[in-house]
Amino acid sequence: MGINLKRRRFGQLMFLSTALTAIGNWFKTAKSQTTPPTLSIDGAEVAFKINGVRQTVNIEPRVTLLDVLRERIGLTGTKKGCNHGQCGACTVLVDGVRINSCLALAIQYQDAEITTIEGIADGEDLSAIQTAFINNDGFQCGYCTSGQICSAVAMLNEFAAEEASIVTPDISNLDAAIELTDAEIKERMSGNLCRCGAYPGIVAAVREVYERAS
Amino acid sequence: MKTFDYTRASSIEEAVLTVNNIDRAKFLGGGTNLIDLMKEGVEQPDRLIDVTKLSLAEIEELSDGGVRIGAMARNSTTANHPLIRQRYPVLSQAFLAGASPQLRNMATVGGNLMQRTRCYYFTDTTMPCNKREPGSGCAAIEGFNRIHGILGTSEQCIATHPSDMCVALAALDAVVRVQSIDGEREIALVDFHTLPGDTPQIETQLQPGELITAVDLPANDWANNSYYLKVRDRNSYAFALVSVAAALNVRDDVIQDARVAMGGVAHKPWRALAAEEILVGKPANEETFQQAAETALASAQTYEHNAFKVELGKRAIVRALSTVATSIST
Repeated sequence: MGINLKRRRFGQLMFLSTALTAIGNWFKTAKSQTTPPTLSIDGAEVAFKINGVRQTVNIEPRVTLLDVLRERIGLTGTKKGCNHGQCGACTVLVDGVRINSCLALAIQYQDAEITTIEGIADGEDLSAIQTAFINNDGFQCGYCTSGQICSAVAMLNEFAAEEASIVTPDISNLDAAIELTDAEIKERMSGNLCRCGAYPGIVAAVREVYERAS
Repeated sequence: MKTFDYTRASSIEEAVLTVNNIDRAKFLGGGTNLIDLMKEGVEQPDRLIDVTKLSLAEIEELSDGGVRIGAMARNSTTANHPLIRQRYPVLSQAFLAGASPQLRNMATVGGNLMQRTRCYYFTDTTMPCNKREPGSGCAAIEGFNRIHGILGTSEQCIATHPSDMCVALAALDAVVRVQSIDGEREIALVDFHTLPGDTPQIETQLQPGELITAVDLPANDWANNSYYLKVRDRNSYAFALVSVAAALNVRDDVIQDARVAMGGVAHKPWRALAAEEILVGKPANEETFQQAAETALASAQTYEHNAFKVELGKRAIVRALSTVATSIST
């Protein structure tokens, strides 16, 4: 379409676009003095894409992604455990990659695609990993479970991409297929603590999903 | 957490200019350490300059056969990069032995260099700490110092450097590239971090206003004979009590070159140069490795709860070197 634009039409469109931007900026300025890339102490409207839905919240720079999810948007499936990156209860996926949302300043993830436990199932249909956690008693109290499940989803993707772990034998041999031993699952899931000690069930759940898929 | 302003830098020039113009401004990478310390009130910057969106995440081969790792490359990406896994496996292992998969996905190479000590007296703002508040005293020297240093400590500070990556980089003779408004300069990794001495609040050679842009790994055709051994209280997701990065170049059963660096024992990644000298010219066997281990720990000074680290350190050196020697001979 862009190639066929006549110069005059292009000019008209540019004028319209500039005018719209100016109006948009006026509205933004009316709300706050600054918008990212500089976000002042006072905060501003910042947009996030969470579980496929665009959400706009007014935040200060110091607000973590975890607090945006739980306190601003009401997605309380993601849990605050230690709040120091030591337990993994806050694990979410950012562009498919697992991170600790408690140590993530929300503003750093402005344009990213964020998936929480609420976005793992397809409506009322549980995902394979959720079903496997139920089948294998992968939890007792359930507090760590949303983090465990988000972590497991990413872990299986990392394994499929042939990423090594510290227990992978002969790490320098890129041609050797990595075997998904229990030791590999435990190491790769070690960023998620479970105070109930449901670890055997968690390992079994991950194994079930992996073996069914392969 | 105290309030602060946030700027997302769009160029290296803009980043160094901004940090130069604003008091108490800090660069922000993955935030896994800095944000945590800000929650504790240990770090209180007035502005964070986010440098993660700069074009500094490349990992590329240099014309001389070395490898350049951009400062914003994530730990997880770097650990699994083919060039690193094949040529410098000790570095891949060091990354993968550190933190958790989630944290490795966030943490950057530049940020890892700037990690601060995990001494619990440093993190606890109700305790005296010469590093946090110069002149206030050190609570660790007479306190619970099981995780603390045994080499290069001072009467002011016995904290250890927590990084695994830096231990491997020290063994590999890595070079840190930094940029300021005055231009670029290079700092050898073994000189990048400092010993506590009378100024434990100073941890690196980095000057105010300097941004780490990359880490260069020199070409080395035997660094693939290397291994990272990390000893800790639990087998994953814990900091090192002692760690060893080892590499050997063996020809006709004689050690031609050797690299030994230790983590968890000092205020900086500890390159054991005297131990390396012992190794060169000798057969690659346990007796040689024992001698090197004795030499590496000869000047150790222990405190009430950490004397075990001396024996642990020696055994870790022997085991790491034995592992490398075995992998060469098979």
